[in-house]
Amino acid sequence: MFLAYGWATDKIFCANLTGGKFMQSTTAEVGIQEVKPLDQLLEKIAEHKGCGTSSEGGKASCGSSGGPADMAPEVWEKVKNHPCYSEEAHHHYARMHVAVAPACNIQCNYCNRKYDCANESRPGVVSEKLMPEQAAKKVLAVASAIPQMTVLGIAGPGDPLANPAKTFKTFELIAKTAPDIKLCLSTNGLALPDHVETIKSFNVDHVTITVNMVDPEIGQHIYPWIFWKNKRITGIEAARILTERQMQGLEMLTAAGVLCKINSVMIPGINDKHLVEVNRAVKSRGAFLHNIMPLISAPEHGTVFGLNGQRGPTAQELKALQDSCEGDMNMMRHCRQCRADAVGLLGEDRSAEFTTEKIDGMTEVVYDAATRKAYQELVEAERTEKVAAKEAAMADLDVTDIKIMIAVATKGQGRVNEHFGHATEFQIYEVGSGGSKFVGHRRVDLYCQGGFGEEETLPSVVKAINDCHAVFVAKIGGCPRDELKAAGIDPVDRFAHEFIEESAITYFKEYFSRVCAREIVHQDRGDADIRQGAYIAAA
Amino acid sequence: MAYKIIASQCTGCSACEPECPNVAIREKNGVFLIDPKKCTECLGHFDDPQCLAVCPVELTCVIDTAYPRYVVPA
Repeated sequence: MFLAYGWATDKIFCANLTGGKFMQSTTAEVGIQEVKPLDQLLEKIAEHKGCGTSSEGGKASCGSSGGPADMAPEVWEKVKNHPCYSEEAHHHYARMHVAVAPACNIQCNYCNRKYDCANESRPGVVSEKLMPEQAAKKVLAVASAIPQMTVLGIAGPGDPLANPAKTFKTFELIAKTAPDIKLCLSTNGLALPDHVETIKSFNVDHVTITVNMVDPEIGQHIYPWIFWKNKRITGIEAARILTERQMQGLEMLTAAGVLCKINSVMIPGINDKHLVEVNRAVKSRGAFLHNIMPLISAPEHGTVFGLNGQRGPTAQELKALQDSCEGDMNMMRHCRQCRADAVGLLGEDRSAEFTTEKIDGMTEVVYDAATRKAYQELVEAERTEKVAAKEAAMADLDVTDIKIMIAVATKGQGRVNEHFGHATEFQIYEVGSGGSKFVGHRRVDLYCQGGFGEEETLPSVVKAINDCHAVFVAKIGGCPRDELKAAGIDPVDRFAHEFIEESAITYFKEYFSRVCAREIVHQDRGDADIRQGAYIAAA
Repeated sequence: MAYKIIASQCTGCSACEPECPNVAIREKNGVFLIDPKKCTECLGHFDDPQCLAVCPVELTCVIDTAYPRYVVPA
């Protein structure tokens, strides 16, 4: 059963996993005059307790890996080239953050407000803060150098809405000079209700709120204080005010037709069991996407959690939580927890090419809208090709409960196009009868530095992808190949430069037929580490 | 009669500047500075000194012992 409020959907693809059968729901044809404006649609979603997709016993394919068939055309238009709101888009489109918002109105136990370490890659950490005019210039420079950059986000280093003048001035300048760039903002929500109207007036159509709890008893362990109505407030009272304001802000945004993503930091022992409740609470208020991210915590970060030995979740813990929330709501799995000055495709960091010094040195930056449009059209064509290849590969996929995970070394565009030793991260895909699905990524220290492998880093790479049956690479050296095989991970380079998902499905078909022919026995892999330490390698 | 900001610890986040009811805070060389002649320790304005309440770095916004404490005029 699915709900369609005048959405001109072609079909919703429902995988009924319990019976191992595919169940295609009937097409909903809706006349043009019945298609409602987006605000009304989103209001209806909020009234009817969130995204109404459901299916008998199975899961609807409405994760952020959803495509045009899975959502209303107006919504798809807004997310199709936003790398954070669409998993598919993140292989092709880039974003940038500008660090114009240094002040913050709360304190979180996972954040260290001293932000001057260029080697650390986590939110709230940035190398240089910018004035709005500098930010505007930077955006034009990046937009011309990276034509597939479609989104400008303000995420910090503090809270954008604790610096409203700087934040909205930046949006104003960008909207004037580069109107095709989408505006995006990420906030803790405390000040949100006061600024929803302004947000709407600037056509910011994507807002992220970080919601780690809806229960103040739990919140008091995450937030030592908030600054509210001219007072520093602590304890349960602080958490209570914060959650009320967050929920109020979310409701107001939904009513105003703004797409809302919710970020939650998973902190084992504090909110890991609770996040399922958060998921329900935000869904019922109309949030479009939920991004559950692992806590990043090590003593050298100087955060309260880091210093107190609070650990982040393991890869399996994180995946299990994301899986359990999947059926109820769109889940985002590809967040890279990037810095407030990040530039580029998610997973790559080109901010060093665009430092303040370099930007100030540029005399005139010309915004080339035509080249950008042409490039994006090329990207769309490539993307259509990729989707078609995946669909083709899905034909004759046998039905089975077996699933395997595959790690992929990639530079982007959805292809297996990176050398094992050059990969700074591996994308993780889960593949089975239902097809292939992006389920996460693992950051790894650079294995290959200056042509020679570093013996210390290879074991940590193996630990990071330990839960995978195979790793797809464009190329790999003999020594890592042997180590991976010894660890039970199949190093595969025969899909070099091919589309990832098509290759994963092909590999799975081969794997499954070998299991059926009893050549190999299918075994579950163990757990894997999420890297906690600071990023060692230089840019 | 004043608070001071310990410059070496100040991250320059600017959260304090707009909160001061006496407009006593300004930026200098990337960090923030309180004018001791203007600071009233928020007496007569708020229960909590605002700059201290919003500062994210512990023990950075502190009473400046070089000056006598502020007294609200009778």
